[in-house]
Parts: sequence; C-alpha cells; structure tokens
Amino acid sequence: MEPVKEGTPILMKGNEAIGEAAIIAGCRHYFGYPITPQNELPAYMALRLPKVGGTFIQAESEVAAINMVFGASAAGARVMTSSSSPGISLKMEGISYLSGAELPAVVVNMMRGGPGLGNIAGAQGDYFQAVKGGGHGDYRCIVLAPSSVQELADLTIKAFDLADKYRMVVILLGDGFVGQMSEPIIMPAPSGQAYDKSGWTLTGAKGRDTHLIASMRLNPEDELMKLNLRLQAKYKEIAAREALWEERETADADFLLAGFGLSARICRSAVSALRKEGIKAGLFRPITLWPFPDAALVKAARGKKKVLVVEMNAGQMVEDVKLALGSSVGVDFLGTLGGITPRVDAIVERIGSYAR
Amino acid sequence: MPVETAPAKLVYKRPESLADVPNHYCPGCGHGIIHKLLAQCIDELGIRESTILVAPVGCSVLAYNYLRVDGCEAAHGRAPAVSTGIKRVHPDRIVISYQGDGDLLAIGTAETIHAANRGEKITVVFVNNAIYGMTGGQMAPTSLQAQKTKTSPYGRNPNEAGFPIRACELLNTLEAPVFIERCAVNSVKNVLRTKKALMKGLRNQVEGKGYSFIEVLSMCPTGWGVEPRDATAWIDSDMIPFFPLGNLRDR
Amino acid sequence: MSRGRPEINRERCKGCTLCVGACPEKIISMSKDQFNRQGVPFAVCFDESRCTACMSCAIICPDSAITVLRFAAASGE
Repeated sequence: MEPVKEGTPILMKGNEAIGEAAIIAGCRHYFGYPITPQNELPAYMALRLPKVGGTFIQAESEVAAINMVFGASAAGARVMTSSSSPGISLKMEGISYLSGAELPAVVVNMMRGGPGLGNIAGAQGDYFQAVKGGGHGDYRCIVLAPSSVQELADLTIKAFDLADKYRMVVILLGDGFVGQMSEPIIMPAPSGQAYDKSGWTLTGAKGRDTHLIASMRLNPEDELMKLNLRLQAKYKEIAAREALWEERETADADFLLAGFGLSARICRSAVSALRKEGIKAGLFRPITLWPFPDAALVKAARGKKKVLVVEMNAGQMVEDVKLALGSSVGVDFLGTLGGITPRVDAIVERIGSYAR
Repeated sequence: MPVETAPAKLVYKRPESLADVPNHYCPGCGHGIIHKLLAQCIDELGIRESTILVAPVGCSVLAYNYLRVDGCEAAHGRAPAVSTGIKRVHPDRIVISYQGDGDLLAIGTAETIHAANRGEKITVVFVNNAIYGMTGGQMAPTSLQAQKTKTSPYGRNPNEAGFPIRACELLNTLEAPVFIERCAVNSVKNVLRTKKALMKGLRNQVEGKGYSFIEVLSMCPTGWGVEPRDATAWIDSDMIPFFPLGNLRDR
Repeated sequence: MSRGRPEINRERCKGCTLCVGACPEKIISMSKDQFNRQGVPFAVCFDESRCTACMSCAIICPDSAITVLRFAAASGE
C-alpha cells in the first residue's frame, strides 16, 4: 500500500480512507479488534502505522481496545478505535468513562444489522446508541454521519479536531456500506489545528504538580454535580456551534425527505425521480446527528406539506425530527430492517401517496 | 526513661513519594504497607517525576491520592489495557498497574493475560487478599476452598464456585514476562522481601526489560472478620500453603 | 543501653496493633484509657531503654505513623 499524496484523486475503500485520514490528522495510535464490516480499517492501520512510527495493537477484545484508548488519550495522544454494532456495545462503559474523564477520542462504528449478532449487512440501527448514549450517565458524544467515502475522510479529520477541542468522544457513525464502498476521493489536508494538552495530560510529574485523569468524584459530595454541570455547559456550547447538515432543493419543495448516511444518498435519487414526475421534493440531511441540527430543520421544513424520514432501522432519527418539528408539520416514516436498503421506488411511491 | 548519650539519626520515615495524608484503609490493611514500599522504591530509583500510576476499582481506587505521581483511573479490570495505552504513548515513563483480586483475576482476566503476553513493559502489582474488600467482603477468584465470604456463606465449594486461581503460575505459562514473584506483607521479613521484588519489577522497567508481575499476599482484617494480627497469622497458616511465596521467573 | 526510639504519631495511628506484634523486644503496647481524635487507642513504646532501632514497627506500620531514631554508637562499636 503506497502512502497517498495530498491533493491526488485516488480510488479508495471507505474503511481505508478513514485510516489514511486519521494518519493525516496526526493519529499515531490505533487499538482495535476484528469484526465485519470494518476489518479493512485495522488491517490498514496495521500496515501504515508502523511506517509512520505509530502503534497498532489488535487488542484482546473491543473492551480492551477502548481502555487502551483511555490510556493513550490520557497520555496526550490522538487515538482511535473502531468496531461494528455488537463491538460498540462492548465499548459503552469505556465511552462513558472517557466522557466523564473528559478525554478526547475518535470511535468509528460501521453499523451492521442487529440486534444481537444480527448480520453483516450495513444498517442504521445504532442511532439511539450513539446519540442518546449507550453508556451510563449524563454524557453526550459528537456523532458524525458520513454518506460518501469523501465525507468519511473529511469528517475523520474533523473528528480529531472536535475531540481535542472539546475533550470528548467523537463517534464516526457509518452504515456498513460506506465503509465498503470504493469511490474516487481527494485526501484531505491536515486542518492545521493544534491543541495544547500540557495542562492535564499524564506525562510524569516533572517540574509540576501531579495530574490526575479520573471520572470518579467522591468527595466532597457535590464534586460529581460540579463535573456534570461543566459537562452540560460544554454540550450546550457545542449544540450552539457545531451542528452540520446538508440541504438539497429544499427552498421550493412541497415535501421534505430526511435521512442520514446511505439512506440520505438513496433519498437524493428519490428527489431527482420525484422532480422528474413533477413532484417538488427536497432533502434535509443531518451530518451531525448530535448536535442535531434542529433549528436548521425547523427552517427547512417551514411551509412543507409533509416530512418523510427514511432510515435503515425501526424509527430512530425520526424521533428527533418529531421533537424538533413538534406539530408544525406532519412527519411520516419509512424504515427498512435487518440490513435491507430502502428502494428509490418505494420512497417515490410513499411521497406520491401524499400528493394524491 | 530514654537515655540519649549521642546525637540521633532518623533511620526510618515516611518516603517522599508517599503523600503525607491519612489514608482511608482499614486498620491492618496491607495496601498501606504496599503503597509505602512502592513509594520507597520510587524514591530510591529517583523516578517520581516519570511514574504514572494506574489505579484499579477496589479498596485502592484512590491509590493515586497516596502516591505523589501522575495518576490514572481505570474501569474495573482494565488497568493493564489502560497501562498499555499510556506506555505505548510514553515508552520511557514508568507505568505501574496496581490491582486487586477481582480486578486482575475476575473481570480483568483477559487484560491481565494479554498485557503479559504482549510483554508490555509495565510493572503489575497484584494485591491478593482473597476477598472483595470494597464491596463488603464477597468471594474473590483467590478466595480459598471453604473460606466463608458474603457470597460463599457456607464456605467456598469448588463444585459450585471452582477453585482459587494462582495468578503467578498462570502467567508463568506465557513466554514474554521477565519477572514473576509472589510475596506477602504479613511480617517484617516478608515486607522486606516484597520491597526487593517491587524494586526489581520497577528497575526492569527503568532498564526497558519487559513485563514484571509481583503478587503480594495482603491482609484484609475487615473482610476476613478478624483482628489485624490474626489476619497476618491466617496468611501464614492458610494462604501461603496454597499460594507459595517465591520467585517464579527472573530473566 | 537504648540504641534508639520510635516516634509514633498518635493521630495517624489506627490502633491496628501490627507494630505490637512485630516488635522483637515486645516494648510496644496500645494506650490504656487514652484515645486519639479518631477514637481509637494508639500504639505507645513503653520502654524505650530496650529499643534496638531495628525499625520493625515502622516497617510493618501501614500508615507510616512511625519514624525511628537511631542513636550514634558509643565509641568502639
């Protein structure tokens, strides 16, 4: 595998694009475990990291991997782990700990069909797990939902910056397909952002007071409350500043399609098909699932006759859509389960049924 | 009546790396002794400013309050994985993974074995007191046959709960570790031997030699329901016959 | 002749009695009818003249509550 030169378009598989973008972002520590459909990423890191003086460890489990992430992050490094749905479930305790200890980390989930062992097809069933918190306690992760290989690479760079800026976990939430797809992309350049971690990282207490990385706050009895207040203030700031979304042909649309990841990409085709039939449809695609771009959605949905949320699950993002829109516009849902992908004609048919 | 005929020299005092604060451990608990020995070793090796301590979940969850080094929390059982992450980022710092029996041999069994198997250049201090202290005295993987605990109230029955596990012997089947020793802190003689073992385990890291493992049989008077001096006696009479002291590997 | 003496911090002492058992000269006992601010009896060296400064008490103390002074040797030792 040749290293990729900046600015050169290259055909890349999604999972590998994440790896290369992470290295461009300065990540030199990766801890992971095999699970389909993200195995190309640990394999890529195993090949590339030793060449750039980094560390790759295939850990004994996803649990061990997230805890290695905890240690490496505490030590001040940009660090990443990846898995797929069942393995992400195993990481939930670790993600809660990282959140409480305010440690930066990037966690990649290439979602597969669930629940349980499920299947290895791509799916979108982990929205709740990522956005509402699969781990315990009051915490949030920034959740980024790419829908193309280019976006996977670009959002990987962004993920490391957001993680360092806010000292928290950033989840790159891909439906398994985007990791498997190969598309021509231009590798992003490093963002140039740097964050001074010297005030808190564990490097050995030379010439300074000792540092402590911990989520536990026992004494005095309001210490944990104070930590939580600080976390909530941080999340409020992020919600006000970091929401990302994409809109296509929403301005004059009568009907709005809403989706993320692959289902949004399919909705794009549905928008074209509907417009050809004379039905004015548009697409609202959240890119940050947390913070959810609710203000932008309210604006985009104003005056629309209906919003149809299309997901590869039993109805997860649709709840946040309904929460944002209230009773201002009717919200319908079209979901596919068990790793089955939505069909353009089914979406067209559903929107068509409102128009009749 | 003291008779001083000449100037006095202070020959034993609190080591510099041990914080001058009261600790929360029960009277007669071995943790206080082991923390003190670690602090002495850190002082003598001059590594206070390059040491990072990973604490377990258990009675010693607050170990980082007592040793004046950078401290890191770890989820229950995961200290060897957390230590791996730290050591791979800072290979020249001294990383100590300090763990109890539930942490190391129950929930953390995989992390324990695999950090040892990878030969991570860390020093693991395993405090074996044959019980879960912090949570009120439940059976541990090292609780002895017939030992009564909160979750083996009729005595540990091997048919139901299996036999106690010998960590040193288990890890001794792996290729990578360079130092494996079992000691105890129930007598002055044993405390001095424990200190020697801890020194070796830490010096191995200073010299970049590999994975060191020191198991320390320790008193838990509260968990065992006995007076501290009776606890030291129980280590001699019951624990040591099953967990023999000594060095298993010293490369 | 006394070779030294222990200095026991009564407030740090938890009354665990490990030093009582460790002392080879058996010159440490727990205070009687006296308690520290934690409400426990504390260790006391009741015959410093027999202290050999072996440091056993300090070595075994889990609370680093004991320091040991050793007197300089008389000439010839």
